[in-house]
Amino acid sequence: MERKTKIDAKDGKQELVITREFDLPLELLFKAYEEAELVEQWMGTKVLKLENKRHGSYQFETTDPKGNKYGFNGAIHAFVPNRKIIRTFEFENTPFGVQLEVLEFEQLTDDSSKLTIHTVFESVAQRDQMLQMPFAQGINMAHNRLQEIISKLK
Amino acid sequence: MNLRRDVFQAIADPTRRAILLLVASQSMTAGAIASNFDTARPTVSKHLAILTECELLEQEYNGREVYYHVNPKKMKELSDFIESFRKIWDDRFNKLESVMKKYKSKK
Repeated sequence: MERKTKIDAKDGKQELVITREFDLPLELLFKAYEEAELVEQWMGTKVLKLENKRHGSYQFETTDPKGNKYGFNGAIHAFVPNRKIIRTFEFENTPFGVQLEVLEFEQLTDDSSKLTIHTVFESVAQRDQMLQMPFAQGINMAHNRLQEIISKLK
Repeated sequence: MNLRRDVFQAIADPTRRAILLLVASQSMTAGAIASNFDTARPTVSKHLAILTECELLEQEYNGREVYYHVNPKKMKELSDFIESFRKIWDDRFNKLESVMKKYKSKK
């Protein structure tokens, strides 16, 4: 069975909900968020700091193929193993502001689990901008590719 | 390219989103749309002009009246941009799943 990621972004609201079911036991799903080494593998980012505890914080740094670096950070408010993480998230040097994220981990069966991420933005506009980013980037990429092809034709 | 970027600007505004929702159910004249808002009529006209420019709304002439209705094709693009966002998360979570399956079998 194909497990699909769902995005629920209601019109005019400053929040969005991401849900996903995994073919993984709950403990393994949670571990993917718990251990820095695993986070690095699946998020494709460098973990500079990850203190998974109340009053803890985290700092990630991602490098794109061109060598540009992007920083992410946040504070951890709650860390309940195999159940819940409440944290803030900031994509540094972007207009998206700081988001509040509530991650809930649920067991479905012995071998499957579900993750729900509830994200609250500072404003509706910021949420919409964040939603549009991949699409806008996709268009830019398509545009660049088109320009490449055109320049080769010349 | 600019046209699409305008779609983003168009829906970034709460009044324009409200207009789209309103018109989604039935074709309406500018006057009928404006009567649903406290905003001054010229402001609503400006919003309608922006929505029409980026093709989210289409005009239809019925005698002397101009009716506005949504352009389903353009609205589809809006759902497509959420699809791009969804795809990124889907890929990310697929990666998580494969990383953790390998981790499990190593143990």
